[in-house]
Amino acid sequence: MISSQPDSRGHFGPYGGRYVPEVLMAPLETLQKAYEEARVDPSFQAELKDLLANFAGRPTPLYYCRRLSEQLGGARIYLKREDLLHTGAHKINNCLGQVLVARRMGKHRIIAETGAGQHGVATATVCALFGLDCTVYMGEEDMRRQRLNVFRMGLLGAKVVGVSAGSKTLKDAVSEAMRDWVTNVSTTHYLLGSALGAHPYPMMVRDFHRVIGDEARAQILERENRLPDRVFACVGGGSNAIGMFHAFVPDSGVRLIGVEAGGRSAALGEHAARFSGGSPGVLHGAYSYLLQDDDGQVSLTHSISAGLDYALIGPEHAWLHDQGRAEYVNATDTAALEGATRLTRTEGIIPALESAHAVAEAIKQAPGAAGETFLVCLSGRGDKDMDIYRENLPNV
Amino acid sequence: MSRIQRLFEGLQGKRAALIAYVTAGDPSPAVTPSIVWALERGGADLIELGVPFSDPIADGPVIQRGSERALKAGVNVSKTLEIAREIRQKSTIPILLFSYLNPLLRYGFARLAQDAAAAGVDGVLLTDLSVEEAEEHLPALRAAGLDTVFLAAPTSPPERLRLVAKYSTGFIYLVSRTGVTGEQSSLSDAAGPLVAAMRGETSLPLALGFGISTPEQAAQVARLADGVVIGSAFVRVIEQHPDDAPAAIEAFARPIAVAIGSSKS
Repeated sequence: MISSQPDSRGHFGPYGGRYVPEVLMAPLETLQKAYEEARVDPSFQAELKDLLANFAGRPTPLYYCRRLSEQLGGARIYLKREDLLHTGAHKINNCLGQVLVARRMGKHRIIAETGAGQHGVATATVCALFGLDCTVYMGEEDMRRQRLNVFRMGLLGAKVVGVSAGSKTLKDAVSEAMRDWVTNVSTTHYLLGSALGAHPYPMMVRDFHRVIGDEARAQILERENRLPDRVFACVGGGSNAIGMFHAFVPDSGVRLIGVEAGGRSAALGEHAARFSGGSPGVLHGAYSYLLQDDDGQVSLTHSISAGLDYALIGPEHAWLHDQGRAEYVNATDTAALEGATRLTRTEGIIPALESAHAVAEAIKQAPGAAGETFLVCLSGRGDKDMDIYRENLPNV
Repeated sequence: MSRIQRLFEGLQGKRAALIAYVTAGDPSPAVTPSIVWALERGGADLIELGVPFSDPIADGPVIQRGSERALKAGVNVSKTLEIAREIRQKSTIPILLFSYLNPLLRYGFARLAQDAAAAGVDGVLLTDLSVEEAEEHLPALRAAGLDTVFLAAPTSPPERLRLVAKYSTGFIYLVSRTGVTGEQSSLSDAAGPLVAAMRGETSLPLALGFGISTPEQAAQVARLADGVVIGSAFVRVIEQHPDDAPAAIEAFARPIAVAIGSSKS
């Protein structure tokens, strides 16, 4: 039996922990305590449940892809439709949870990082809902790739700060958000958007996304009267994946398959496949598999999807990987585009480019899996990616 | 007794130490030793030699840019130790290796401890290594005779100050305010209470840093603490004088050293 709770200092096996400047150690302890109190408070859980149902739109449907499954002639493919949530992705689950924790702590200013902009939009949304001051850090390259989301955040009243350091992507946005937090820690909650960072973030973010797997497990049992054979989710930091996988970890017959960004090629700097291309190291407060060079400098990464374009994988994934409980593969930019196009044309669902990686892997494995049932986490919708789809699919 | 311990013992009751941070290899590996020697002539008592890192989350823009220059110049842990060895050939100034954790993890702590001691390094400070996570790495460092300096911050409650005191040797580095490194117009109100709280937990020397750049601020800190740390202001001088950094930094250091009474001229 694999333990799914970290130890008292936030370690999943050797991974995770709390590797931050001393200034942040006490605030992280305070956050952990506030979260642990909230978690067992019935009024907190009731308020969160109400918001998830009536504001965000839970439960999300479990959709059977009839035409896609028939075309592929193998596994029966189901999608967990997180793309139908308010703001267009699973990110809102975590934002609603954390904003309630921040309110309990008396913080009136929220900061966040964002890659694709989905977490930034979800953060700006909950800040509008609760009347909180909101600042979102975003790499300038990502701002260029995700212009629509930059405007959405502004419309919601958030301040978007462009980050011009490094590769101008998610890693640099997290660094800048951490610098803001170090400076303004007494008034500010850092609403971290993935299952990354120092303890308690990986545990807390996972807990707020557990609802994905809990719902999907019950839904597929009701529909198929059995558990799925394989569960697929894309993994950047890994929040939708850990939320989906968590309910199935004790079900040893269910294969858990995380799909990282294979990018343009297997060369360092051209992808974000941490297990095949990385080794354990520390970035942004956590110890996990990291893309780094021989000198311990963090590598640049590339993915067509800004949300998967990050050098470290969430620490609980590292632990599931080492225990052999989850498998991790990667899908290239091209495979993701093909998967997205195929899902769009056969089922009328345009996925986010991040989610398209999970779809692509399911499509790849389905023909050889006759009689099996696949469950794919469709973590986000593709509206934000129209510019990239248009650039890459000139024949449409 | 280590060089760091001897330094503070020798200054006890006399004056505060001037502690200077520079990034190894900024602006180039060839120039750093000359910069350190110039700092010593200008009155610095201890050098924090920074290992450049790609993602320096505790640093403001000035030290970030210094780190980028050093990385562009090809500096890594090995090169940093080579620079330390060269400095040591002409100087006995205490050297504290100042780094983020990941480059040292990658290098390997056992190997690092031996190589750093052999290069003439006297201690190690890791910006993002909390005392809780440090425990497994301390024996290797201590066995090589290296001091282990930890940070304390205005946000650290008494129980954390006690932990920092327990794990530190040589001195303790007090972060004067919440924030990243970088020059400030005035000393934070948090500095005095932090020094007082830390004195209650330890008899180790206390150095105060973050935001100090002028002789006036240095003199103010010198009245409070046993060491005054200046980083960004020196790195800015290097940035502004790419061709004559040693002379410029010596001239910049001297009035600061005079203000805290450490001038050797």
